[in-house]
Amino acid sequence: MGAGWRWEVFLERTPFGEGTYLGWFVSGLGVTLALSIAAWTIALALGTALGVLRTVPSRAARAVGAAYVDVFRNVPLLVQLFIWYFVVPEVVPPALGAWLKGLHPATLMFVSSAACLGTFTAARICEQVRAGIEALGRGQRAAALALGLTLPQAYRHVLLPMAFRIIVPPLTSEMVNLVKNSAVASTVGLLELAAMARQLVDFTALPYESFVAVTLAYVAVNLLVIAAMRVVEARARVPGFIGGGR
Amino acid sequence: MAYDYDWSSIPGALPFLWTGMKVTLRITATAVLAGIALGTLLAAMRLSRSRLLSSASAAYVNTFRAIPLVMVLLWFFLVVPALLERLFSIPRHEDTRLTSSLVAFSLFQAAYYAEIIRAGIQAVPSGQLAAALALGMTAAKAMRLVVLPQAFRKMTPLLLTQSVILFQDTSLVYVASVADFLYVAYQVGQRDARLVELLLFAGAVYLAVSWVASRVVQRWQERLAT
Repeated sequence: MGAGWRWEVFLERTPFGEGTYLGWFVSGLGVTLALSIAAWTIALALGTALGVLRTVPSRAARAVGAAYVDVFRNVPLLVQLFIWYFVVPEVVPPALGAWLKGLHPATLMFVSSAACLGTFTAARICEQVRAGIEALGRGQRAAALALGLTLPQAYRHVLLPMAFRIIVPPLTSEMVNLVKNSAVASTVGLLELAAMARQLVDFTALPYESFVAVTLAYVAVNLLVIAAMRVVEARARVPGFIGGGR
Repeated sequence: MAYDYDWSSIPGALPFLWTGMKVTLRITATAVLAGIALGTLLAAMRLSRSRLLSSASAAYVNTFRAIPLVMVLLWFFLVVPALLERLFSIPRHEDTRLTSSLVAFSLFQAAYYAEIIRAGIQAVPSGQLAAALALGMTAAKAMRLVVLPQAFRKMTPLLLTQSVILFQDTSLVYVASVADFLYVAYQVGQRDARLVELLLFAGAVYLAVSWVASRVVQRWQERLAT
């Protein structure tokens, strides 16, 4: 190795003539980013709703939240993805199933993967949101209710804004995990970054260059996420909590 | 027309599914044992006074934790065998995929165990180490006889939780077509055109095993806490 690197291969044209291998790499990176953003949106919305469910006074609501977390945490991500991709289009109401199966194959792969990663990550975000709300203690909730806020208002104006400011660091790890987990989408054929690594090896016969480039791309994306979230963390810091600064 | 479930292909496929489960369990067990052994070594290196050892361990842990497991597996399946072949001129075996996955999971898992073990060691009161050293033990002996036994007692629940995650993650050997439980279930589903039922069955089995294991760990943790 060493002397044998051929990085210039990325500037060569692919056999299909539609662009360079670098173009493939960039499109894979684009799909990974789009998938991560779509899944994060689902995860944050659903995870917040579930986190609220797990902390409301109703015992039934709390049980629903707990059951969701138990199921989505104890089934492997790959099995969940296969269920979203192979099982869901078959077992949903026929009209919806027909619509899903009529989608462009790449679109169905993307939609299934985003739904899978979103619902999987939601279980983890749910636990973080719950931990954040519980970290506030009973005082905040009691004070909000005593001021005459309804329970939904207390969540919207007091509990959730505070909880989110506390849980920025664990949310950052979940974001990094999500980007890493998005690589499983390659197993259903979505041409994201990890799938592109294999395709680059197949076409260029240069495994080291292809794999090093893709691996570094994942590391780079995650370093960017961490750097961006540091800024958010610094701005969102709550005075009076450990690590909260002034 | 709603989907017509037909579970009849599962009973006959159970022996076949069991061979897959044995592969899954074998990968899990190997990675747990090798991972904890290597993870302990990495944690000890990380906490050692030598700058070189400590940064080498940090680099190892951070590298593995920064890369998606799928990419780690692809590295091991596609690149490492070829590299070994070139470096040591080992003739290409008929099938190195299972070996590659055992090695990949052990090395990957070690990075995650190392962080748990490091935290566990750091949670042992420093007076324990000081007392052991004052009694005339060498640092290695103090670690082995005094610090590690206490640390492992505290971190066993976390190590087991991580192992349940590992049990689920082994399904990713699918990328190398290693015939683990999920892969066999998938194959049976394809063969009988009953992919829906087989995948739901596989999900239910993983759910049952992981759920029971997590509950046991939780109980254990509660007992340690009191």
